[in-house]
Amino acid sequence: MSDVLQVTDADFEQEVIKSEMPVMVDFWAEWCGPCKVVGPTVEELAKEYEGKVKIAKMDVDSNREIPTRFGIRNIPTLILFKNGEVSQTIVGAHPKSHLEEELKKLL
Amino acid sequence: MEDLIIIGAGPAGLTAGLYASRARLRTVLLEKLAPGGQILTTDFVENYPGFPEGLSGFELVDRMKRQAENFGLKIAGKEVVRLELTPEKKRVFTDKEAMETKALILTTGASPRKLGIEGEGLLTGKGVSYCATCDGPFYRDQEVAVIGGGDTAVEEAIFLTKFAGRVHLVHRRDELRATKLLQERVKAAEKVNLVWDSVPTRILGQAGVEALELKNVKTNEISTLPVEGVFVFIGYNPSNDLLADLSLDFDDLGFVKTDDNMETSIPGVFAAGDIRSKLLRQVSTAVGDGATAAFAAERFIEGH
Repeated sequence: MSDVLQVTDADFEQEVIKSEMPVMVDFWAEWCGPCKVVGPTVEELAKEYEGKVKIAKMDVDSNREIPTRFGIRNIPTLILFKNGEVSQTIVGAHPKSHLEEELKKLL
Repeated sequence: MEDLIIIGAGPAGLTAGLYASRARLRTVLLEKLAPGGQILTTDFVENYPGFPEGLSGFELVDRMKRQAENFGLKIAGKEVVRLELTPEKKRVFTDKEAMETKALILTTGASPRKLGIEGEGLLTGKGVSYCATCDGPFYRDQEVAVIGGGDTAVEEAIFLTKFAGRVHLVHRRDELRATKLLQERVKAAEKVNLVWDSVPTRILGQAGVEALELKNVKTNEISTLPVEGVFVFIGYNPSNDLLADLSLDFDDLGFVKTDDNMETSIPGVFAAGDIRSKLLRQVSTAVGDGATAAFAAERFIEGH
């Protein structure tokens, strides 16, 4: 399994909202084929942006509260947070170059 | 210089890569995401021969990938941004480099066609979906609409009954196009309500989908169907953005025309799978295309 930070309903506030670093959260589930296409890219980005952007994953199957709060009804969805606020929402599977463009805007 | 570049790692591209690797062609398969393609959105494939118990689209494509890699296929996670293709010279540009190849196989696939109606763009991600396996579980005990009447629409409508309280299958005609077996299943599905002769005209809602506005094509009557999700399966558009400026022959819908050997109107350029102009878009037809394209590419390379 990946070594990307997994966040849950319980620690979302601490890890994401209160994070000093910008955060990208990949909302995914085991049942979702296209999420498995995004997963490896997210893992690469986690390494490349270490120390600059915190990259996390949330399993929407075992966490219901946070996905509902952010109105998530399609996965994969990536949400980029800066200072605890949503700065961008990316729905669907997109190439790495597109995700990098969005990450750079956070820096 | 490569012998062969393949663009797109769905079933057609992976099969072409398998055959090309066994033919010992110097081959690279370029994929902008990760291997998979459209079949990843399929929860359960039960019409691909050799797997009588069925399997998920992800598992099927993962097996194809591993099989091709067993014979040395290189799959590179690179996005092609431009192509220069002539009978004499074939160049492929990614955002970082230029590559040259003797032959090329286009397996760029297709993507779900949109309805093109008011509310669709605004509510994508907020209740409008093109992937039932991804998003179905968000609609537990809710009402959803499925648009379409072909195999995908009918299969996904049945799949959604696992979660949704009620599934309205909206079709513009008074009979389904789907395979008879699927028609039998959907007619027997208690949670499915068939809405005939109707086309969606607007998707209503602000923060999320609240209703679907429908027009009856026989009576012109407008009605509103309260639903929380709208799943769209009305066919596919060719993923041909890269091909626009090339002197390829396309059919009326923008799919690439080939001969029986998968060769396009540019010698040494082949097309296979969903991007190709053909009658039936299935994994089983994609793999046949891919094998033929690789073999024909090998012959083209030997002849030059």
